[in-house]
Amino acid sequence: MKALSNNNLKIQTKNLNLWFSEKHVLKNVNIVIEEKKVTAIMGPSGCGKTTLIRAFNRMNEIILGCRTSGEVLIDGKDVYGLDTDVVDLRRRVGLVFQKPNPFPKSIYDNVAFGPRIHGITRRRQLDDFVQFSLQEAALWEEVKDRLNDSALSLSGGQQQRLCIARALAVAPEVVLMDEPCSALDPAATAKIEVLMRKLTQNYTVIIVTHNMQQAARVSDFTAFMYLGELVEYGETKKIFENPENELTEKYITGKFG
Amino acid sequence: MISRRVREKIAFTFLRLSALLVLVALVAILYYIVSNGIGVVNIGFLLKNPEEGMTRGGIFPAIVGTVYLVALTLLFALPLGVATAIYLSEYARGKNNRVVMIIKMATRILAGIPSIVYGLLGLGLFVLFLNLRFSILSASLTLSFLTVPIIIAASEEALESVPMSYREAALALGATRWQTIRSAVLPYALPGIMTGSILGLSRAAGETAPIMITGVAYYLPRLPISLFDQFMALPFHIFTLSTQSSNPQLTRPVQFGTVFVLMALVLVMNLAAIVIRSRYSRLRA
Amino acid sequence: MRTDFIIERFFLLCALSSILVIALIFIFLFKEGIQTFIYISPIQFFTGSIWQPVASQPKYGILPLVAGSILVTLGATVIAVPIGILCATYLAEVSNPAAREILKPMIEILAGVPSVVFGFIALTVLADFTHGIFNTTYRLNALNGAVILAVMIMPTVVSVSEDAISAVPKEYKEAALALGATRWEASRRVVLPAALSGIIVAAMLGIGRAIGETMAVLMATGNAPLLTFDLLSSVETMTATIAIEMGEVAFGSPHYHALFAIGLVLFAMTFIVNLIAELVSAKFRSLRY
Repeated sequence: MKALSNNNLKIQTKNLNLWFSEKHVLKNVNIVIEEKKVTAIMGPSGCGKTTLIRAFNRMNEIILGCRTSGEVLIDGKDVYGLDTDVVDLRRRVGLVFQKPNPFPKSIYDNVAFGPRIHGITRRRQLDDFVQFSLQEAALWEEVKDRLNDSALSLSGGQQQRLCIARALAVAPEVVLMDEPCSALDPAATAKIEVLMRKLTQNYTVIIVTHNMQQAARVSDFTAFMYLGELVEYGETKKIFENPENELTEKYITGKFG
Repeated sequence: MISRRVREKIAFTFLRLSALLVLVALVAILYYIVSNGIGVVNIGFLLKNPEEGMTRGGIFPAIVGTVYLVALTLLFALPLGVATAIYLSEYARGKNNRVVMIIKMATRILAGIPSIVYGLLGLGLFVLFLNLRFSILSASLTLSFLTVPIIIAASEEALESVPMSYREAALALGATRWQTIRSAVLPYALPGIMTGSILGLSRAAGETAPIMITGVAYYLPRLPISLFDQFMALPFHIFTLSTQSSNPQLTRPVQFGTVFVLMALVLVMNLAAIVIRSRYSRLRA
Repeated sequence: MRTDFIIERFFLLCALSSILVIALIFIFLFKEGIQTFIYISPIQFFTGSIWQPVASQPKYGILPLVAGSILVTLGATVIAVPIGILCATYLAEVSNPAAREILKPMIEILAGVPSVVFGFIALTVLADFTHGIFNTTYRLNALNGAVILAVMIMPTVVSVSEDAISAVPKEYKEAALALGATRWEASRRVVLPAALSGIIVAAMLGIGRAIGETMAVLMATGNAPLLTFDLLSSVETMTATIAIEMGEVAFGSPHYHALFAIGLVLFAMTFIVNLIAELVSAKFRSLRY
């Protein structure tokens, strides 16, 4: 595994294992994520990539029968430790789902949801949060005149950017994206890929993708997973041009998928 | 300001309390009935006729009357209810035309009609118009109108949960619609239909208002022999003993005993239905 | 296939019986009820405040009965709907599977208890209880009726609400949790609002059941047709009136017809409540997707 400069490590896992009941889904994963970069996690269906990123914000625990061992350090502190505030963790590490899932509320109320929970109730403040987040998510211009419309009236791509805005509204440090473009058309996908790069100015971005070309286009670092194990990871350029592991090479050249 | 964590704890406590309240209500009711009634109920109580102005003796005729009533109601309600459910589930599927929607809405509305209104229908239609007089026939026909919607709802659900593949397999082998239903669908829906029927009948066993005005009697010297005879019944027995006699206190033990017997009957039926349903769903999963 | 066609028509005929029954109810209630107005003026019937059919100068005003039904129903709704919704939220959002396995059958059993048994309990235990707390003048009163009715409609409110809450797509809750909401915040701000129409349907079905209940209120409220909104007074509901007095009327008499007329009013009220619930329910189902 390529060593990264320790100063910029945002997330680091140490021997992370995860089971759903009897199924061993993550096997001894040791990965580091550098801050304010895009890291792509790719691999065939069922390799555990979604489970891995959901381990970063402990969203796997919603499913009954989930067990973990090992450590996940964010800024050096193990988020599976006993004194971790899971609710706050989920604020700091945001998640955008594969299928856009805006709340059945207005555009404004979707984005304002996070700030409202954290006690921000004054209209002016909320307005600022909403505008800022929608701008960060490159959606503001398209919806600024219809903030009170239902979120469900937006197109798929717009809904996904809304979900990104919603996640950004709670000022996270890390943004996880689980195959964010798989339900979208190419035009919408392109917009979100541009957004991913732009977000690295302020956030650490980790994306899960099925689409190798997307990983190659968008990410600084790429990780390849297979059957629950982290096979290889490193700088994207190197992974795609000169992978060290034979399995990685096979996957990249399309021998399986 | 109260922290978010604390708010959650308070909210969840209220939620738990409300569930506890409902649980306590049921347990209290059951305890009250069982503790007061169990001393009264014995074989004699179940098999003897009422004596000494209902202060002693048993409730045998009321038990018999209720059993006859439930049996007749089953006879009338089951075929009609299941047939309706078969139509709605098997023939009308996908046909979202006006008639089907009206039938479905009618079924749901029927489920919400007060039991006394069914009684009035029974009085007007069966007792008077069809001249069936005050009789166990009138009463059971009335009760079957009341029970049918329950059977329809449960049977429809049971039929609809039979996988389409069963039907498709039968049809692909050249079976007609009806043959498919009879051999590839009904057998698998049977537990659900049974559950629904038992629940419907348990409701019928406990109804008082409709039978009050269609034929039940407070005291009869003989058991009903023909369909046109009047009859006694457990729920009406409870009602009359506790409200209409000159000194309800004297008959209080018999009241408790009767309530106990009726509740036992209803409970057994409900538990049977629940057991059938859970065994059935375990088989499916 | 000729036989298949006949068989299908047979089943259709059976299904049409549902519509037939509603029609029959309406026809017979109307046929017997409308004759009331041969003997009694509609104004006196619908706006009269005294119900004294057995008197030298009989009075047939249904207002006291309608008021009785409304009072008792309102009281029951105020008690049962909030608690029922809370209980449903508990079942759908908080409880673990083991607790659910116990609580749901218990609620079903509660739903199966015959109304006469509830009436009996109201008559014996509940009346003493309320007398002890409120020092009532009349042992059997509207409050008794309201409380026992609340227990009776609770299962309906709980199970329909619980269905509605469970039907909210899980993605909404997940999204809320991923944003750093507590479980309660996710329930309160996302899941419950999304289930609102279903919960309203649950309340309406509960109200419908309460209006139509006969035996429990008959045994609990004292059956005095007084026009009042005092919970501690004895009252008489429409349902109870029909049930008690029908046994003593002469068929064909004005009193007899008046009872059918009450039945017609009752039928109309529950029909409307259930119809509204149906419409809201249909809108809810179409909104969900």
